[in-house]
Amino acid sequence: MIGDGKDSTNQRENTFVADGTTVGFLTDVTLCIGCKACEVACKEWNGVPDDGYVFTGQSYDNTGALSGSTWRHVQFHELDAPAGREGGGAAPPDDLGWLFYSDVCKHCERAGCLEACPTGAIVRTETGGVFVQDDVCNGCGYCVVGCPFGVIGRRDADLPGGGGAYKCTFCYDRQKGGGGPACAKACPTESIRFGPLDLLRAEADRRVDTLHARGVTGATLYDPRDTSVGGVHALSILVGDPERYGLPRAPEVPSTRLLRSWLSAGLTTAAMLAITALAFALAAR
Amino acid sequence: MPGLGASFGRGGATTAQQDLQNADCVLIQGSSMAEAHPVGFRWVVAAKERGATIIHVDPRFSRTSALADIWAPIRAGGDIALLGGLIRWILEGERYFREYVVHYTNASCLLAEDYVDAEDNGGFFSGWDPEEGQYDTTTWRYELDDTGHPRRDPSLTHPRTVFQALRRHFARYTPDVVAQVAGIPEPLFLRIAEALAGASGPDKTAAICYAVGWTQHSKGVQIIRAAAILQLLLGNIGRPGGGIMALRGHASIQGSTDIPTLYNILPGYIDMPRHGHGEATLDGFVNREKHPEGWLHNEGKYVVSLLKAFYGRHATRDNDFGYGFMPRITGDHSHFAFFTDMRDGGVEGLLCIGQNPAVGGQNARLERMALSKLRWLVVRDLVEIESANFWKEGPEIERGELRPEDVRTEVFLMPVAGHAEKEGAFTNTQRLLQWREKAVDPPGDARSDAWFVHQLAKRLIARAHQEQNPRDAALRALDWWYPEDAHGDPDMEAVLAEINGWHTDPASHPDGVVHGVDRDGAPHHGGQVAGFTELAADGSTASGCWIYSGVFGPDGKNRAKGRDAKGPLGHGWGYAWPADRRILYNRASARPDGAPWSERKKLVWWDDAQGAWVGDDVPDFPKDKRPDYEPAPGATGVDAHPGDAPFLMHDDGLGHLFATSKVKDGPFPTHFEPIESLVRNALYPVDVNPAVDRVLRPDNRYAAHGDPRFPYVLTTYRLTEHHTGGGMSRFLSHLAELQPELFVELSPELAAALGVDNGGVVAVVTARGAVETRALVSRRMRPIRLGDGALVHQVALPFHWGSAGPVRGDVANDLIAISKEPNVKIHESKALLCDVVPGPMPRGAAFAPWFSRWSAATSEETP
Repeated sequence: MIGDGKDSTNQRENTFVADGTTVGFLTDVTLCIGCKACEVACKEWNGVPDDGYVFTGQSYDNTGALSGSTWRHVQFHELDAPAGREGGGAAPPDDLGWLFYSDVCKHCERAGCLEACPTGAIVRTETGGVFVQDDVCNGCGYCVVGCPFGVIGRRDADLPGGGGAYKCTFCYDRQKGGGGPACAKACPTESIRFGPLDLLRAEADRRVDTLHARGVTGATLYDPRDTSVGGVHALSILVGDPERYGLPRAPEVPSTRLLRSWLSAGLTTAAMLAITALAFALAAR
Repeated sequence: MPGLGASFGRGGATTAQQDLQNADCVLIQGSSMAEAHPVGFRWVVAAKERGATIIHVDPRFSRTSALADIWAPIRAGGDIALLGGLIRWILEGERYFREYVVHYTNASCLLAEDYVDAEDNGGFFSGWDPEEGQYDTTTWRYELDDTGHPRRDPSLTHPRTVFQALRRHFARYTPDVVAQVAGIPEPLFLRIAEALAGASGPDKTAAICYAVGWTQHSKGVQIIRAAAILQLLLGNIGRPGGGIMALRGHASIQGSTDIPTLYNILPGYIDMPRHGHGEATLDGFVNREKHPEGWLHNEGKYVVSLLKAFYGRHATRDNDFGYGFMPRITGDHSHFAFFTDMRDGGVEGLLCIGQNPAVGGQNARLERMALSKLRWLVVRDLVEIESANFWKEGPEIERGELRPEDVRTEVFLMPVAGHAEKEGAFTNTQRLLQWREKAVDPPGDARSDAWFVHQLAKRLIARAHQEQNPRDAALRALDWWYPEDAHGDPDMEAVLAEINGWHTDPASHPDGVVHGVDRDGAPHHGGQVAGFTELAADGSTASGCWIYSGVFGPDGKNRAKGRDAKGPLGHGWGYAWPADRRILYNRASARPDGAPWSERKKLVWWDDAQGAWVGDDVPDFPKDKRPDYEPAPGATGVDAHPGDAPFLMHDDGLGHLFATSKVKDGPFPTHFEPIESLVRNALYPVDVNPAVDRVLRPDNRYAAHGDPRFPYVLTTYRLTEHHTGGGMSRFLSHLAELQPELFVELSPELAAALGVDNGGVVAVVTARGAVETRALVSRRMRPIRLGDGALVHQVALPFHWGSAGPVRGDVANDLIAISKEPNVKIHESKALLCDVVPGPMPRGAAFAPWFSRWSAATSEETP
């Protein structure tokens, strides 16, 4: 893929919106060099404000987390062994590793934020992305607790557009113009890839096999399809456990608990009524 | 870049970044390529994906190390010991590419009997002049035969062959010495050696990438020379996936040496005329060095064509083509020379364009003080950078050392156009000219730098005509013909057309004219030349920079605008000097008989049927010169080279293991310690490169060896998130928030010893200055254990912050000394001594008394 350059799906014009093709991201941690070009390209294109000049001391990450004012976030993980070879008995100076992971909205197959939104501000686009219409959003914040990944957030009130909920738009505006997302376009090593989701899934499986063959045994594809999320449209090739990256192994959409919640509420009500009735019955005796 | 120039003939990267993907091994040393050149690093990642071994040698485990297969932490300044160790290992283990070495390098040439090596002379080569502190290089030469050519021994056994001299020179650079000097233990050294040598040979190639981590040393050119020797021994020059990639630090730094902002060269690497030295006349200048053989035989054509570009019809045969108008060098006018002169009150005014010396300068405190001594200062920048606000917000103001009302410098801050607001060509790190279109007009009064230079020149020339002062004759003679647009911007394509070159007479060359009409509407010149081979010494051609000739030929196609990349080397995208060659010296990609060394590594080869060199790159060789060509006696120029001499810029056509010219501090690299070092030189009685100029003065002190006040090694570097002095990044919120504060990287061991926590505040202090910074404690920094068991702690500091903009911090370059490496007058910022003091640094007036602990000279200070 590296070397396709302007012929890659990151760069070339496409007709995905017109064709209704479901698209995705594939973010490959083994190719990322931690340059943060994706973070900057995202903020520049989408007019996302800076959210403070804070030195965190956490490796080279002064961003911290995804939020209403950060839609791509490059994590920096300093390791005690080269990535993917942990426990391999590496001799010094190979007892070090540094992993960079560009986190982003997962655009879930079943999106918690979308289900939680009471105003209909959050919609699904023709290409399968989950999109927040900021002119419809009333800032209630239900989506924030509805996201199993902690991606979407209400922007701080003192920032431009403050109060509303924001997250990655999948650069829907660029997509409509036949382009790809700004982050993918800016990525110098094509560690972020944009393209039709089914092709990326197949590509990701091949890539994991390649990495395993190379000895990077810890490489996995993160695409939680057997959970209520039903898979994601932003796939990741990770090295090591998903928890390292703050990704839940089994993310769940909160609405899956609706039936159980209502059932237990109903049962509780019924039981209370029964007990009350019983109390009256006993008292009457 | 004399290190590459002296080795191969041209001062530019020998390869293209795209070609790194063809390497079987990439050694990155003196560079954090992933951080400073992230876009080009994609090709290193591509090589890795294809199975190449990536090696990163660096004091710091950086984003480059993270992607590498091998990281070798090195003691800063130990590079020549490591490279010399590799050279010795390759020679002694017979791992060199013998056929390549015998035919294509000067290994078989015999050295003159009066040459004395540093090994036999206490660290000095023959010709050392202790009075002048420099070398007389005349003994660094070959023994010649009766025809004036070097005597050669293809068996490489004669004791005076370059090969045997090289072997003796590096005989002591054993793995033990590598461990002692560079701090790289033998097992790790052997892994590097095996990876590099195992990826070299007829069907494999290895590449080396470096940047200012090699150049910014008191021996930088010699480090690069060591890499050149290594690559010549391994047969990796001129071949796909091989070469030395000199990674330049800015968008057009290569361009600014090709068409130089330097004082000592003219466009196309022609020396600037000197006062005296028999260079009073054009003839004397052109013949200052005799080059009867090799490409430089043509230099007179390029000089005259350059003068015709400068002076147009005022350049005639009768007036030496205006050679007399040229300024002459009378001394050292390098950046440091004029800044120290300025500090001492010897400079009245300064145009500061595209530079931020108050932050990015070395011993930046001295440079700021120098700016305060000017009468006037023009700063052209995107924002009010520190070089424009030093008189009101600089550290010297805060410390009460300067008062704004006492600074007499009148500062003119002029807003400039950004890169998308002007057009022109960049020349990037791989000699590639890429045209940049203007997207929008600059806002308000902002103007391009070309506009400024053009308008200034017009006004100066007009005044010179008005005043008729004899000293302004050169100004009046300038051919300032450039057409301009409605904004008064010169037509940059017309400038490129002049750089390419043309026939001067419109009447005799009416065809192929490009931008042929001057500002007044009169015909200005004839048809374009197709390349530098058409340039002549009789005044019939003009060219602003001969090596760029071919970029804008008679077909009217501006090749720098090309965006249709074809083939693996990207031909069709931009234009690489010279002659659109992407891999230089590519004759060496074929055997002496003209066939490729291997199918896997074929690039350019001899096709007998066509009677020409053919392949995937533009041959860097006379196209129809047969591989078995033998020069006739008395032949001149490249005709004097046989058909198997790939390095055609050199008089002998060979790659130079032994540098016969262009290097001022030794024909072979020799390990010297940095000017400031914790240890003595383990190899020679001389500690530091004897030819370096320390520019010793009270405001430019050094830590003496053994001074207990400076127990740690300091190295500086750049972050991906910021651009050098920060003028283009710190003021942008989306970049500033990514790296908002100055920090120093420390190992957990040193942090524990100092009692410093991650994120805590410390001061880093050298003999020149001090900065307050946050501590970033990480195992990515580690103490270096030398062979004798001594432990060296190293700390690393990025240098992007200053006293202006939304994110501010102390100026890391206040810590650096001004010193002059003998060849390129560069400072040493990659290996210094420092102290690290926990806690905040006293500010304001309290600073000076606190700092005096480190700034006071000691009795053992050895100038």
